[in-house]
Amino acid sequence: MMALILIALVTLASAAAAMLLRNLIHSALLLTASWAGLAAFYLWAGAEFVAFAQVLVYVGAISMVVLFAVLLTRPPQPMPVTPPNTLGRALVALITGGAVLGVFIGAIVSSPLPATAAPAPTVSVKQLGLELAGRHAGALLIVGALLTVALLGAVVLAATDREPVGASLDDVRGRPPGTPLQKSGDAP
Amino acid sequence: MNADSILERGPLLVRDWLVSFLPEPARWLAGSLLAITAVIVAFASLFALLTLIERKVLARVQNRPGPNRVGIPLTKIRLFGLGQPLADGIKMLTKEDIVPRSADRVLHFLAPVALLAFAILTFAVIPFGRHLVPVELEAGVLYFFAAGAATELAVFMAGWASRNKYSLLAAMRALAQLISYELPLLLSVVPVVMLAGTLSTTGIVERQGGWTFGLLPQWHVFTPWGAAGFAIFFVAALAESNRSPFDLPEAESELIAGHLTEYSGFKYALFFMAEYFGMCALCGMGVTLFLGGWQAPLSFLAFIPSYIWFGAKLMTLLLAFMWVRATLPRLRIDQLTRLAWKFLVPLALVNLGVAAFWSLSADWTGAVRLTRWLIAAMLLAGPFVLLGRKLTAGLAPRIYRYAT
Amino acid sequence: MLGSGLLSGLAVTAKNLVGSFHDPARLTTVEYPEQQAKLPEAYRNFPFLVSENATDPMGTLRCVACQICEKECPPQCIYIEKSKDKKPDATGKLQLYPAIFDIDTSVCMSCQICVEVCPFEAIKMDQVFAIATTDRFDALLLKREQLAKPNAYYHTIHPTEAAEVDARLATERKAAAEKAAAAAAAKAAAPKPPAPPPAA
Repeated sequence: MMALILIALVTLASAAAAMLLRNLIHSALLLTASWAGLAAFYLWAGAEFVAFAQVLVYVGAISMVVLFAVLLTRPPQPMPVTPPNTLGRALVALITGGAVLGVFIGAIVSSPLPATAAPAPTVSVKQLGLELAGRHAGALLIVGALLTVALLGAVVLAATDREPVGASLDDVRGRPPGTPLQKSGDAP
Repeated sequence: MNADSILERGPLLVRDWLVSFLPEPARWLAGSLLAITAVIVAFASLFALLTLIERKVLARVQNRPGPNRVGIPLTKIRLFGLGQPLADGIKMLTKEDIVPRSADRVLHFLAPVALLAFAILTFAVIPFGRHLVPVELEAGVLYFFAAGAATELAVFMAGWASRNKYSLLAAMRALAQLISYELPLLLSVVPVVMLAGTLSTTGIVERQGGWTFGLLPQWHVFTPWGAAGFAIFFVAALAESNRSPFDLPEAESELIAGHLTEYSGFKYALFFMAEYFGMCALCGMGVTLFLGGWQAPLSFLAFIPSYIWFGAKLMTLLLAFMWVRATLPRLRIDQLTRLAWKFLVPLALVNLGVAAFWSLSADWTGAVRLTRWLIAAMLLAGPFVLLGRKLTAGLAPRIYRYAT
Repeated sequence: MLGSGLLSGLAVTAKNLVGSFHDPARLTTVEYPEQQAKLPEAYRNFPFLVSENATDPMGTLRCVACQICEKECPPQCIYIEKSKDKKPDATGKLQLYPAIFDIDTSVCMSCQICVEVCPFEAIKMDQVFAIATTDRFDALLLKREQLAKPNAYYHTIHPTEAAEVDARLATERKAAAEKAAAAAAAKAAAPKPPAPPPAA
């Protein structure tokens, strides 16, 4: 039980810190830490395979995508000035937060909690694989497609962030030899 | 040889004897700590030796004798330069540890520690001998790659925290390289898992026991899909461990020292150590998955203890890494990613299909066995040749003109 | 086929790796402090002063303290003070000699201009390269005692050049001796008329 509380504390603390910090890279790394915490939780619960898959996919791959997205995209210049605490923002935040909280509480309340701790079902990796490839194949494919779309989205975000490279290159190629690179209007 | 001989069980007996001095409740913990210590000590000394061997091999390839001066201090005894790693270690320890003023101090400190920790974690599931597996896990292969995938995060931390443009470029390259090569690495391992039917490393090694016609060991590398998978694994492992010709993150000719630019003293030594640990772990995994792990190559050689066979195979693979490093020039970043996505990934996918064919045709007997080999080899050679033609069209052959 | 280049490259390095163990002719380096590679004759680094013999280097320096090299030296690393008295040189003629001749090796750039401007073949280029010192002040300023090296040493490091120089000096000295003899004879024959027109 102590281990569970410790894992939960580390996971939640790093998730909270990830939200509160201003430094995006720190946030991304702390987010990775909280994913690793989730993996630790799976390990604590005896789900070895899920824990390692969590580390492999989230800590190994998705964190890379997040970091890539952070490094390749620049905040729009100038930064959009967010209006100070208005009623509208508070309302939206309340509704969103309340909805999420409601879903979670509903899920917890509706799931039957046995009075005594049930023995953890022993599921072999093979069974898990058969289940994933059989009954839950659709869900697996959808998750895969989702991740691919997210990756492509990151690429698109990073690519549209820049000036059109081809046009400027043509400008350089098309200019007569000897003329300076700057535009005529900027000439002193 | 029987699995319970005194030589095979030697390390276990030593451990049990040492632990027997302790009271019962502490024995489990002491046994685990002993195993951890043994692994770390063994691989730390292997690391020290490897730094020397690598320099000697590189020197010999360039027709030089290599480092051969440092022997026993204060004497004239040189011992082929065996004192060199010790001298290097003392030098590293006594050097000043510099942290740039604008660096992110916490991450700058954490990066080498995290890198080394993850590198050591990967040793946990490698079967070093018949009875020598630090942790027996049902999903051992998955664990290995999960722990290994986290190392590149530490490289990114080092590059970003240094607040140096070279370091940051190296960090970006490291990320691109990892994302590119994680895929062929995992895809080359999938056929092994598929054919062995287990994710446990000990299970995979045991499946490779026995000899065809009493001569050819049933290692995975001696099957068409295993040979192709091993080749892909080897190339991807070179890239994963940032070894030449894929050492772009620390390309000294363009990026000073990449993510190591702002590291000095013992932190630098830790990075160096982690790189070698990662290389050893990947080679160990390659031995386990494709080269029969601790199995002896010929049945009459089985009297030699299993851990010695594992060590010999590991050293062979490490020497092959050095050989490749001494031969090939570094790739450009676009060549690096192109090799992964356009060549290795398609081939690995084809290999997956071949492995499926192999497992479906497992009950073919007699002369049909030969056609099974031929079909599998053709299925692999065709795409290899076609892809190679397509990718090198317009590039090869290159003509070099030297001044005479 | 793709990969054949890789394999042939690997074969080359493997050949070198194995060959370097059993074929000493492959090794291109030497074990430096114990073995020293023979320097090429044309290798030049740092000037030295030529003396006629090794037993009395200070007495037989060819240098006559004309200070041309001091003036021509681009980084100004030479410092010369003329002597007050004169000493006979190799031909017996009385000449000045350098009381002080210093070269600052931390400034010298081995450009060889001093050698080229010297009319007396008195300064030549050396072949030293192991010139590290533990003292960065006095040890880098070489005095004339350290700079003087006998002509025989010059013959060992640059034999061809030294032979040419010796031949030239010999003819010059012979011509000078003949001239002196002729002048002495003329003086004896006719003490009144002026000296004959210069021969050279």
